[in-house]
Amino acid sequence: MEHAQQPFFNRGPTPFARFLLFSLVALMLIVADSRFRYLTHVQQVVAVVLYPLQRVALAPAALLDRMSGFFATQAQLTGRNNTLEQQNLINAAALLRLEALELENARLRGLLDTRASHSQAAVHAEILYSHRDPFTRRVIISKGMSDNIGQGQPVVDAAGLVGQVTRVYPWASQVTLITDKDMTVPVQVMRSGVRGVLFGVGSDGTLELRFMPFSADIQTGDKLVTSGIDGTYPAGLPVATVQEVERNAAFMFARISAQPAAGVNRYRQVLVLTASAPHPENPGFEEPAPQRKRGRKGG
Amino acid sequence: MGMSIGPRQELLLPVRPGFLWFTLLVALIANLLPWDGVWTWLKPDFVALALLFWIVREPRLIGFGVAFALGLAMDVAQASLFGQHALAYTVVALGATLLRRRLRMFSTDKHILQILPILLTAQAVILLVRLAGGAAFPGWTWFVSPFTGALLWPLVWIVLLAPQRPRIDPEHPI
Repeated sequence: MEHAQQPFFNRGPTPFARFLLFSLVALMLIVADSRFRYLTHVQQVVAVVLYPLQRVALAPAALLDRMSGFFATQAQLTGRNNTLEQQNLINAAALLRLEALELENARLRGLLDTRASHSQAAVHAEILYSHRDPFTRRVIISKGMSDNIGQGQPVVDAAGLVGQVTRVYPWASQVTLITDKDMTVPVQVMRSGVRGVLFGVGSDGTLELRFMPFSADIQTGDKLVTSGIDGTYPAGLPVATVQEVERNAAFMFARISAQPAAGVNRYRQVLVLTASAPHPENPGFEEPAPQRKRGRKGG
Repeated sequence: MGMSIGPRQELLLPVRPGFLWFTLLVALIANLLPWDGVWTWLKPDFVALALLFWIVREPRLIGFGVAFALGLAMDVAQASLFGQHALAYTVVALGATLLRRRLRMFSTDKHILQILPILLTAQAVILLVRLAGGAAFPGWTWFVSPFTGALLWPLVWIVLLAPQRPRIDPEHPI
């Protein structure tokens, strides 16, 4: 070991020059990321390097989890088992009905010669951490490219829609929650069938149904489900419950706030729906085909 | 006797570069811990503190490049805008470079008020970048963590300098 000599004269570029250089590069990265999304590959490389560190950082919390699980009492477990069994019974009944309905639905769709709605493949994932960045509502989940997760796939939990995969790293992916300021979900009121778009506002526990006319048939307590017209979310996933409807003549639209159905920031287990039904091309952008190849059935 | 301006001067052993890199790694892991609840805004930015310390102490070993790289790592880990922490840590590196000689004149408790503006500026830079990108203001709690960081500074100084303090053998003081 040698005593490092303090530099007597400054060598190389001055601190200000270095600062300018690095801050310019950082600004360029910020613009490239926020405007053009060019840097996915760079981010993936950094993510791979970071992966072991993240595992190390998460280890203590996981250990604590396991310890608290170890010390769960017999009574707690029995109680939980009972509730789950009851829940299972209810679910089984619903499932039986669902199977019958699915069969019937398939037959009807066959009759109508429409696109069969595909059954959903899903990947189970765990939320590694949440809310690091107070500006956005995003979480990192434990599955990534290696588990067939792709950008845009919907993420749900037991109660409803949680969000959407917005970035995929090799062993993890980033999910933007529906409460994020930039997230919108096309929804439908279950009771009346009215369609609308649900906006996140950037705070937990609140969503807004914007641009709905005064006369729209929406009441407090209405359940909102995905309408499925966007091709991202399959139809019928519970999204939110209407909490407050304010019809004020001073504004152009009714102000409708809703509460997310899913435990957007409560649970740790989520499902990523990996195989959603292929959505037909937007006819507006389709090149006019000279001839339809597909023959009509049963002419 | 009233004449001395600076803190009590110490003779220190030279730094081990391995320890420097190790502490930066530990700081990064500390930032990546799953902080929850109030801790999300109360916790100091450990990487910024470690960077500040090492750039002040060992400017020949680390500088802007390391600060920038650690910033990129933080951005990917936090799923935030790519480059925002890189920019913030570049600001920290500039502050550390400018304050390097001055800090040696003061004892560590007097450092607090001098490094606070650096940490606040870095935090403000992130806020400005995000606001320019259309994000909503996250509330004034955003500016708490620089204060926690500055208050932790004397502790950082003691811990990170500990391996360099010579162990004095009582049998042979010299």
